[in-house]
Amino acid sequence: MTSNIALDAPRSPSARTKRGVNWEKWGWIYMRVSGVALVALIFGHLFVNLFLGDGVSQIDFAFVAGKLSDPFWQWYDFFLLWLALIHGTNGMRTIINDYVATASVRRILQGALLSSTVVLLVLGTLVIFTFDPCPAGADPELVASFCADIL
Amino acid sequence: MPAKATGAGAMSSSATIEVPAPRRSVIPGGTLYRGNEGMWSWVLHRITGVAIYFFLLVHILDTALVRVSPEAYNAVIGAYKTPIMGLGEVALVGAIGFHALNGLRIILIDFWGVGTRHQKAMFYIVLVVWLVLMIGFTPRHLMNVFGG
Repeated sequence: MTSNIALDAPRSPSARTKRGVNWEKWGWIYMRVSGVALVALIFGHLFVNLFLGDGVSQIDFAFVAGKLSDPFWQWYDFFLLWLALIHGTNGMRTIINDYVATASVRRILQGALLSSTVVLLVLGTLVIFTFDPCPAGADPELVASFCADIL
Repeated sequence: MPAKATGAGAMSSSATIEVPAPRRSVIPGGTLYRGNEGMWSWVLHRITGVAIYFFLLVHILDTALVRVSPEAYNAVIGAYKTPIMGLGEVALVGAIGFHALNGLRIILIDFWGVGTRHQKAMFYIVLVVWLVLMIGFTPRHLMNVFGG
């Protein structure tokens, strides 16, 4: 007994034939490079804010103002914001691609993800660099002690 | 497949056939990702990653309130000092600690010549280092939250 079964030709080798930038490769590299930087940056962030001094109970407007009036912490928080949010966004993009099979739903979720990331990056960057540690008319009890010399 | 089709024909023509006993179901070898340490590190990396992502969204927004007024920022940061949120911060730091250490393990698997061979051992190293960090952090943090 013989049977004729039509088989598809073997798949062509999975060599990359598309031209242009390999964004998936750069995304993969970004996760590892930013990951190493974030281990150091977030460890420092948690150490200064949650471990040194009185930990979480020391955090208030004056504490943040004291940090953000120093260019070192402005740039520290700037890199923390951009590296972490893009790292998290790329991770969520991977998860959406893994679990959402419907193309239209996937596009909607990816669009929502991208727009929330852009909004938060712009908002966070503006907050870091336009922040006034001693706002005019603020309650002197609530602002940093150095504001007494300015107000 | 022709071999299967003739095999079925042969089976009907003979009375007894020696068939090897079916093998016990085992998790396939040669994979980093299915079963045991490889899979569970992946599952935990995903879950902690998603949790940290959603916290980050909230954290950028609550910190942005420093641009609104001292009163607005102090009101929202006060929520972080309550007992329930204090315990939540232990969970958050635990999630970040695991994601960070396991992320370094992933990088070593990818770039270190013998990384794949030691991935299981590295997973247990991740757990031990994570435990040491949490033992260092948790009592001090809980004293800051509950100590008044």
